[in-house]
Amino acid sequence: MIAEIGHYALALALGVSVIQALVPFWGVVRQDRALASVGSSAALTSFGLVALSFLALVASYVRSDFSVANVVANSHSTQPLIFKFTSVWGNHEGSMLLWVLILTLFGALVALSRNSLPPRLRAGALAVQGLVAVAFLAFVLFTSNPFQRLSPAPAEGQDLNPILQDLGLAIHPPLLYIGYVGFSITYAFAVAALIDGRIDAMWARAVRPWTLLAWIFLTLGIAMGSYWAYYELGWGGWWFWDPVENASFMPWLAGTALIHSTVVMEKRDSLKVWTILLAILTFSLSLLGTFIVRSGVLTSVHSFASDPARGVFILLILVFFVGGSLTLFAWRAPLLRQGGLFAPISRESALVVNNVFLATACATVFVGTLYPLVLELLTGAKISVGAPFYNATFVPVMVPLLLILPIGQSLAWKRGDLLGAAQRNAAAFGLALLAALALIAFTQGGPVLAPLGIGLGLFLVLSAVFDLGERIVTRASGWRAVLSRAKGLPRSAWGTAFAHAGVGLSIIGIAAAAWSSEAIAVLKPGERLTSGRYTVVLESVTPRTGPNFRAEVARFQLFFGGRELESIEASKRIYTARGMPTTEAGIRTHGLSQAYVSLGEAQDGGVAVRLYDKPLILLIWIGALVMALGGGLSLTDRRFRLAAPRRAAPVAAQAQPAE
Amino acid sequence: MSVAQPAKPLSAKPLPAKRRMTRKQHRLILIAAAGAVLFFAAGLVLFAMRDSIVFFYGPTEIVQKGVAPGTRMRLGGLVETGSVQRGPDQRVSFGVTDGTSSVTVSYKGLLPDLFREGQGVVTEGVFEGAGRFRADSVLAKHDENYMPREVADALKKQGHWEPGGAYAPPAAKP
Repeated sequence: MIAEIGHYALALALGVSVIQALVPFWGVVRQDRALASVGSSAALTSFGLVALSFLALVASYVRSDFSVANVVANSHSTQPLIFKFTSVWGNHEGSMLLWVLILTLFGALVALSRNSLPPRLRAGALAVQGLVAVAFLAFVLFTSNPFQRLSPAPAEGQDLNPILQDLGLAIHPPLLYIGYVGFSITYAFAVAALIDGRIDAMWARAVRPWTLLAWIFLTLGIAMGSYWAYYELGWGGWWFWDPVENASFMPWLAGTALIHSTVVMEKRDSLKVWTILLAILTFSLSLLGTFIVRSGVLTSVHSFASDPARGVFILLILVFFVGGSLTLFAWRAPLLRQGGLFAPISRESALVVNNVFLATACATVFVGTLYPLVLELLTGAKISVGAPFYNATFVPVMVPLLLILPIGQSLAWKRGDLLGAAQRNAAAFGLALLAALALIAFTQGGPVLAPLGIGLGLFLVLSAVFDLGERIVTRASGWRAVLSRAKGLPRSAWGTAFAHAGVGLSIIGIAAAAWSSEAIAVLKPGERLTSGRYTVVLESVTPRTGPNFRAEVARFQLFFGGRELESIEASKRIYTARGMPTTEAGIRTHGLSQAYVSLGEAQDGGVAVRLYDKPLILLIWIGALVMALGGGLSLTDRRFRLAAPRRAAPVAAQAQPAE
Repeated sequence: MSVAQPAKPLSAKPLPAKRRMTRKQHRLILIAAAGAVLFFAAGLVLFAMRDSIVFFYGPTEIVQKGVAPGTRMRLGGLVETGSVQRGPDQRVSFGVTDGTSSVTVSYKGLLPDLFREGQGVVTEGVFEGAGRFRADSVLAKHDENYMPREVADALKKQGHWEPGGAYAPPAAKP
């Protein structure tokens, strides 16, 4: 019964979304306020219904209802409760339901948001959002129904893919989807603005918090996915330039460009047409990502068994929304009022440069990801594009951007002083260069690019810190004055500094990977293996039984230059339901570095052991957290919080003549 | 705060002739700069396409296409049953077959968890000629039911693909 309720609620949600997509449009056309405001209640209802449907699926999983085919294929009665719960989205059908849940959640949030959206814009955005929901609800209902019953019901499920039986699954997909799907709001606002034919700084202010929110979650989602892959897969890698990873990285790059271009639009009423295009492209890339991941058209090390027929459906959705919005853009964008001019040396110009580079970087990833597909369609040849390609294209595009970032950050709006900005960053640059040179001298014969990368990262961190320092510390003022200045500084300035410093921290972590080292040996108890600065001694290998797996657990003593650290455990698990092995790496965090041990097969009376020294690797993810924190700080800026009461009156007045 | 207020749109006033020139010049500079970056990136992409892309071949294709020894490539197929031989120092060799031809792969390192005889595998490395391949990576997959698409295609080409057969996901256990 529960599954049927879920199925029924989902079908109802489809109907409500059709109303949400059509009626507000009609209301806007007929200038009927009552009709236009139907969108809000429809969005809330639709969210309620999808939430009910999602809860029904959760209940089926938690109760291990093996008469539901989806539960049978992805759950097992012996799974711990948390994994029964996360199994809900550990499969295609359930994860698409989560996708739709988040989509309708964002629709509901827009409906509830008290900020001063012009009513026509709100109605239009909710209608577009409703249209996206219609497409994906139809996709779930017609090709990926998670509530399909199975008769006769088996007594036991087939268990979730063991690789997914991890806390990472609880965190990574929801974060990533909130990011992915969050950009649908920006898309909806962009399309609504195109239909309306009006766009101004107000639009940017209304859209910016949504963009920031999506970007924060996408940042966290990608970082979490990367860390999960790093510890779960047991081979120490954290980024593979794999199509599925690129699928999440492209919207991130476009979204990063978007949060910068909306600033220009908000402050200078400029870059409007480009920002609209970018908003459309960002969500288009999210849709493309969904298509890549869900259709399996591109071979990925992350691929799970997939059904090409679903790919065709998503391809149709993709073509409709991307093609439709771009056609609308080509038709309506010339009608938008031109924005203001700006001087070549100014904050806004620097942000344009940022956008040019980020868009280009995104394009290189796009080419690398889709070129194999195009080539195969044209010639039948199969190729793979891996890290060497991106190192030769993406990296050279990003490095100049990052080098000029601190200068752009300290340029003033309207008319900047290039020399002054360069001087303000001279100290940071000098210190970073000094550190890089010292590192090169210190690690003679080692990789040269790595110290330069660390220098670049340090430059970003230092310049962000110095920039903040300059704004809050003045000569002849006590700490009290500093504190009050720090409080007075807009949150968005803090956000900028944190986000940019976060990029720097990540780059330091990435560059330091050049010094990581790996060693493999077959060890018997008492034998040792050294890699880089770490040495492990195998103490024992003991069997252990988990709720739904058996494990061989190897215990190691860990030494760092003669000093003993806390011991470390790595294991090899066999999940009994599928008979599938997984490797559980043993990781010991030591400062910002990690010692990483993973096991291979047992052989010759010993066990194959792989030991990595991963210097400063934590900085990669700490950097991402700091970036997200920066985004969060920007999101709490005064102007987003105070915008509503201050602007409510004039908007209502503006709306009157429209009737 | 003055920054928080939206800037006055400059274009609200009719622009004097001098400003209009600036707009045109301004746009030209912008387009030129963006063009330069794109051009630079396109150059990088084309250059990288030549050097850093590897082709995928099945064992039969290596023979048919006459792949030259020393070529870096990806090889995919099924791990031949009974062909896995382990040597000292984590050296391992195994046959990769598409049912018609097979290639002997040598590899040093730990094999991924889901590496099994009779199952699909994709390896990357250098073709050494005479049916020998030196792999530097054996790609892991995340799902035991997943057959790399290239491998499936290579098997299909040789007519050894059985949908719903040995390589398809197991049916629900009663």
